Amino acid sequence: MRWPKLRRARGKHSLRRQFVTPEGVDLRLDLAGAGERATAFLIDAVIMLVILIALTISIVLAMGSGGASADSALAIIWLLGFFVLRNGWFVLFELSGRGATPGKRLLGLRVVARDGARLSGGAVLVRNAMREIELYLPLSFLTFDATSSRLDALTYILAFSWVALFLFFPLFNRDRLRVGDLLAGTWVVHAVRGTLADDLVGILTVRERRTFPRAALDLYGIYELQTLEDVLRRGSDDAVAVVAASIRAKAGLADDGDDFGFLSDYYAALCARLERDALVGRRRENKFVAAS
Amino acid sequence: MSAPMVNATRFRAAHQEAWTRLEAIVTRIEKRSVRALAEDDLLALPVLYRTTLSSLSVVRETSLDRALQTYLEQLCTRAYFQIYGAPGNAWRQIGQFFASGWPRAVASLWRETLAAALLGMLGTVLGYFLVRHDPSWFYSIIPSEMAEGRDPSASAQALREVLYGGHDSDPLATFATYLFTHNAQVALFAFALGFAFAAPTALLLVYNGLTLGALTAIYAQKGLTAALSGWLIIHGSTELFAITLAGAAGFRIGLAVAFPGRQTRLESAMSAGRTGGTAMAGVVLMLLVAGLLEGIGRQTIQVDWERYAIGLTVFIGWLVYFYLPRGRNALA
Repeated sequence: MRWPKLRRARGKHSLRRQFVTPEGVDLRLDLAGAGERATAFLIDAVIMLVILIALTISIVLAMGSGGASADSALAIIWLLGFFVLRNGWFVLFELSGRGATPGKRLLGLRVVARDGARLSGGAVLVRNAMREIELYLPLSFLTFDATSSRLDALTYILAFSWVALFLFFPLFNRDRLRVGDLLAGTWVVHAVRGTLADDLVGILTVRERRTFPRAALDLYGIYELQTLEDVLRRGSDDAVAVVAASIRAKAGLADDGDDFGFLSDYYAALCARLERDALVGRRRENKFVAAS
Repeated sequence: MSAPMVNATRFRAAHQEAWTRLEAIVTRIEKRSVRALAEDDLLALPVLYRTTLSSLSVVRETSLDRALQTYLEQLCTRAYFQIYGAPGNAWRQIGQFFASGWPRAVASLWRETLAAALLGMLGTVLGYFLVRHDPSWFYSIIPSEMAEGRDPSASAQALREVLYGGHDSDPLATFATYLFTHNAQVALFAFALGFAFAAPTALLLVYNGLTLGALTAIYAQKGLTAALSGWLIIHGSTELFAITLAGAAGFRIGLAVAFPGRQTRLESAMSAGRTGGTAMAGVVLMLLVAGLLEGIGRQTIQVDWERYAIGLTVFIGWLVYFYLPRGRNALA
């Protein structure tokens, strides 16, 4: 079996990447941006902190009630709980079928191998072990009391900018890879659960659609058609009125008072027309390309 | 009828049923697991996936309905990662890790392991001679809170006390847990530092050796070398080995990023990272064993030769497990 090839989609700063499946279809993955990644991490960090605080409080409350051996068992639970929370949280969640921690799941992200193969345990582990230098090292610098140490200011600044390099690594490459992603061969993509929106054209049965003169359908291309689709699907009255008015003005059509009906009929007619033309090789990308 | 028909409408009518079913199956896998699927759903999954994928290709070419195209893209992406990208059965993965993944990863790191061990030994010898030559070095190598009274001015009696005293104040199991979590965190840190072209990892290994050498030196002055070795070897054979391996895995990723050779830098980093990650999972397990040996074994076993016997047996066990050549069949 042939694994998908990696090649960059066009567009210099786009986060859309070509991703060809073994069946030969390009899935066009959307990579997660740095802001989304940071947000997902913050959500995870907050959940982890809340769990840690709850664990600590309940263990402190339970301490001293059951004798020395119970106390040492509680201490072990806390030590192991802290260790598993810090190191295991990301690893265990990312190794589960979803490939995402709760934070990533909330933002509709998941971790996948860059070559499209299975996500291996080693990859997930190295991806998260790197947080030691990406996150905990800069963090320890922030809490480090520079005034009381023997380090002078210059050393401190140099050392801090060195660790900040790891922290801001995703901003320095096009694929928004962390150091951990780089070593694990993974990246973080959007995996949204979308629902199928209604068909804009097929649902009408009660009335006859408006017909439009050929000149009116010559006005626009595919880009404008899909913008019109967005307007119709969002259904904002103001936008519908403005767009309807401008199309009527351009095409020289009379206002019949039903903006939404007018626009969906115009959409249907234009879509049918452009699809028919595209089928015979006359694809019109936007209104600046001459109509055939 | 004069009403226009668009391709999306016709296409939805023909295939929407397959898309909806695929969506339901994929959602079920994401929410529960593959095992939650009924048998005919499982059989239908690859067929539905290919149908939907071909729908996507056709829609891209013939339909201008962007919502439909986006929906199919998202659905195909989700299905793809459930079919090709899911991590597989957890138990089989764990079995595979112990049977071949771990020893293979460690064995493939042998050059780096030798280098890391040499650096550690270099630090030990250096620390030993520095402190033997001028005992005041001890204070700059080992911070006073770590020394716990073991310094050049301590009496032989006090030093002996540490070796055989046991930690009465700390319950043994708690102490073992503390040692494990602390050491594992340090090992992960040493590994991660390898990414900075391996230099910080090398320093960490040398420093680790220095403290060991300095400690040996003050015991040697009082003629307690053999007793100290017993105290160290029971867990140290595992712990120092694990730390050396963590350093070696760190070297591997640092060198792979700095000198990718014939591969591209990304490919080289990736293969090194995955080997290193597998080895590190093993290192954490080794440190768990070391923590148990140190926290419980050492405190309950007070006879030197028994400590030596346990330490050396465990060490030989690791060597056999990692480096004994295996047949191809055993690994498959």
